[in-house]
Amino acid sequence: MDKFAVKVFVRLRPSVLDPAGEATKFASIKLGAEGIKSLRIGKMIEVKIEGNGENEVREKIDLLCDRLFANTVIEDYEYSLEKL
Amino acid sequence: MDNFTVGVVVFPGSNCDRDVSWALEGCLDIRTKYLWHESSDLSDVDAIVLPGGFSYGDYLRCGAIARFSPLINALDDFVKSGKRVLGICNGFQILTESGFLPGALVANKNLNFICDDVELDIVSSKGGWFNNGDEKQTIMLPIAHGEGRYYCDSDTLKKLVDNELIALRYKNNPNGSSFDIAGITNEKGNVLGLMPHPERACDETIGGTDGLFTLKSLILK
Repeated sequence: MDKFAVKVFVRLRPSVLDPAGEATKFASIKLGAEGIKSLRIGKMIEVKIEGNGENEVREKIDLLCDRLFANTVIEDYEYSLEKL
Repeated sequence: MDNFTVGVVVFPGSNCDRDVSWALEGCLDIRTKYLWHESSDLSDVDAIVLPGGFSYGDYLRCGAIARFSPLINALDDFVKSGKRVLGICNGFQILTESGFLPGALVANKNLNFICDDVELDIVSSKGGWFNNGDEKQTIMLPIAHGEGRYYCDSDTLKKLVDNELIALRYKNNPNGSSFDIAGITNEKGNVLGLMPHPERACDETIGGTDGLFTLKSLILK
């Protein structure tokens, strides 16, 4: 069995308003940071997983992302995979 | 109809289950039965309410984990059989997460948890959930949510409008919902999801009775 470390990034789709991101952008500007054009908040999920090769693990992660980690009505996802 | 029983689903974190049961039993004399979320036997209930609350602590997304409970898995056949399912607040979030209703509920536009009474326009009489005889009707119901902003893409919105699936719209949109949507039904009309709480408006002494009809509609065939 191969072991992999996977980092999944879940983001609100660009068309969905992110009020938490807007509030954080406002606070960033209050802090004195200049030049911020956009700030949006997402989630990062770390998974350690075993499987027979990268393809099998990708299939499992695709299922998890599509059915659980992200709600594809409002969110997009992408992930990176590192063999341990 | 004497034995008609409404199942009130209890998830870890549900907090409106007793209110729903009280409103049905105390105000409408309709029998209820609590259904623990691990149960998948729905044979002795005739309609189901998914109550408000914070199932599974709202972890990941509101309603996202509840979707995988045995009870929600069993709900598919229940809905297909034409029996009625009412999702209130967190129950509405669960119904969208599990695909029984389109769209999603996301954080309120102003990020506030909003606890208020709101005026609602009844848009569609599909399913008879609000059809109490008046042609065009406005009702007042309480809302209490932090993530009640209904969102759907433009194609879905068109489908909702064309098929008369929008049940309720806010008169003064409090949370930024697309098209002021406060509640929708499925195409058959036997599933209703809404953010306002009809169970909290069932007695004059607590501020109104505009929620009574919706709860009473659970017994419609």
